[in-house]
Amino acid sequence: MTTMTYREAIRQGLREALHDDPRVFLMGEDVGRYGGAFACSRGLLEEFGPERIRDTPLSEDAFMGLGIGAALGGMRPIVEVMTVNFSLLSLDQVVNNAAILRHMSGGQFSVPLVVRMTTGGGRRVASQHSNSFEGWYAHIPGITVVAPATVHDARFMLQSALKEPDPVFIFEHIMLLPEQGAVDESLGPVDLRRAVVRRPGKEVTLITHGGSLGKCLTAARTLAEQGIEAEVIDLRCLRPLDMATILESVAKTHRAVIVDEAWRSGSHAAEISARIMEEGFYSLDAPVARVCSAEVPIPYAPQMEDAALPQPTDIVRTVQEMISSHG
Amino acid sequence: MTAHDASSNASRLRSLLRQMLLIRRFEEKAAEVYTQGKIMGFLHLYIGEEAIAVGAMTALEPEDNVVSTYREHGHALARGISPGAIMAEMYGKANGCSGGRGGSMHLFDANRRFFGGYAIVGGGLPIAAGLALADKMQNRNTVTACFFGDGAVAEGVFHETLNLASLWQLPVLFLCENNLYAMGTHLARHQAQVDLARKAESYQLPAVSVDGMDVLAVEAAVRRAVGQIRKGEGPIFLEARTYRFRAHSMYDAELYRGKDEVELWKQRDPLAAFQSHLLKEGIMVDRDVHAMEQEIAAEVANAVAEAEAGPWEAVADLYKHVHTPVAP
Ligand SMILES: Cc1ncc(C[n+]2csc(CCOP(=O)(O)OP(=O)(O)O)c2C)c(N)n1
Ligand SMILES: [Mg+2]
Repeated sequence: MTTMTYREAIRQGLREALHDDPRVFLMGEDVGRYGGAFACSRGLLEEFGPERIRDTPLSEDAFMGLGIGAALGGMRPIVEVMTVNFSLLSLDQVVNNAAILRHMSGGQFSVPLVVRMTTGGGRRVASQHSNSFEGWYAHIPGITVVAPATVHDARFMLQSALKEPDPVFIFEHIMLLPEQGAVDESLGPVDLRRAVVRRPGKEVTLITHGGSLGKCLTAARTLAEQGIEAEVIDLRCLRPLDMATILESVAKTHRAVIVDEAWRSGSHAAEISARIMEEGFYSLDAPVARVCSAEVPIPYAPQMEDAALPQPTDIVRTVQEMISSHG
Repeated sequence: MTAHDASSNASRLRSLLRQMLLIRRFEEKAAEVYTQGKIMGFLHLYIGEEAIAVGAMTALEPEDNVVSTYREHGHALARGISPGAIMAEMYGKANGCSGGRGGSMHLFDANRRFFGGYAIVGGGLPIAAGLALADKMQNRNTVTACFFGDGAVAEGVFHETLNLASLWQLPVLFLCENNLYAMGTHLARHQAQVDLARKAESYQLPAVSVDGMDVLAVEAAVRRAVGQIRKGEGPIFLEARTYRFRAHSMYDAELYRGKDEVELWKQRDPLAAFQSHLLKEGIMVDRDVHAMEQEIAAEVANAVAEAEAGPWEAVADLYKHVHTPVAP
């Protein structure tokens, strides 16, 4: 067991992938000379050279498409988009090509592409740089969408993603990058299709992913002091959803709160809520609740950004209200 | 030149220097308060590139439109937005020029037709062309100046917009601030054609380059371009060659360029060069420069005081400005 930052875990995962498979290469803006916009690929250019650590121009649509093409052509590209905000420029290549080529070709072509990008708010960088769009990606059939919430997952999810025959999108929450955590080499590969219970509890299930896991665990500690034991589920994978783990938990706690930094309307949180209603309605003692971002563009001013994003106190309040009105 | 012409020319030159100096000192102060945590998030300094904003804005009329990027403090100051309103915005205060909602990357001022700092690279270009389209369709004799970096030239939207603007003969000046780097990527490592004017010209619009370290050259080039555009001759691409003296943003290990390269460019500091030009020509003496520095120091201190004293917007107003309020 070793301790490292989330950022370093990503770097080690990349290093291992480049080392193990000559078909793997990394492509994106400033991944080489700059060392990665968030220093996740520092030193890799020196170690693996410019053929495999490719700095691209600011041409998101094109280099996403090149990643798809290179995957079709037998390589194992890892495309890094600096942040999810800029990935909107390459969404066409994702939706209209990467996700559907296998289906449209009647199963002849698959796209073993891995795409990584940061997501999320909290850094005081205002409305164009603070979005959480991983839920949008989870809308698309044909791709797998994962979000490492722990340092261990940041280290090993890439390995599992590269084994997939179809596109995998990895969303790394921007606020997690400097976080320290444990990496346990003995645990083996991360199962991309399984959610994990990060904290057992019996009164309520908090369902979350990525950057909101820490907030849920903080809220769970506060609730525990008040005698409310919350179970915390880290989804890990937004698409496909591990409903078995969610339903098993809700069958035990009879209450569910979904915590997600994206906006509430038309959201991934809405999807989970609907599925619980469809598949676990009779387990529920209370309507499913959601703690999401306020429906405003994420503002710059700190007090406004804090108010816009879900906070542990919001989670605690939601659980308290749920228990007091549907005891 | 009559005595009157000479003195009005001298005061014009002094004003150019003053504006450049204001941008420089304002940003140095911004960097300082950033380290104290007063300004948060990203802070992209314009230091080294001041001649472009000052030269260009001088050649624009108040009714012209300006579209900028996240590296826009210089453009905003040169356009006449008050330093206090800009500093307050960077602090996130309610008296900031975007009400504290935008921060350093998103300065706006409707009164000055400053349509904002855009931080998705290339995102401002089509908006500028759209403003120009509106002007053209309403027979207004105005020009839209659109600032963007060399990095934006790689985005598809650059090509789509130049083509459309040329096809429809829109009154827009595409002003590319080529500081040789898109974050850590040198021009030669992101462009197959490094002569950006040659590249732009393929869209059938006049494309010229100017020394972006020379405020008078920039002013003359922009004046000429704007004159042509105003006559209805369609869009123009102007490349200003410059260099960013500071890190891309406040976090940047600058692994991608050598200190010697930066030092070499600093010898062409547009502010120092213009100041010595004015001293040499006898348009100013040391005492004038000193007085100007003092005036500007006071102006910057006032801007900080305005920002410090400004109120935080009430959290209860979080949902304000998402939609325009409609009368019941
Ligand atoms: C579409 C998009 N991709 C990536 C980024 C991240 N980014 C911000 S500034 C920048 C470099 C832009 O360089 P340039 O256009 O030359 O402007 P400069 O910063 O040099 O003024 C990058 C890559 C972004 N903001 N938007
Ligand atoms: Mg540049």
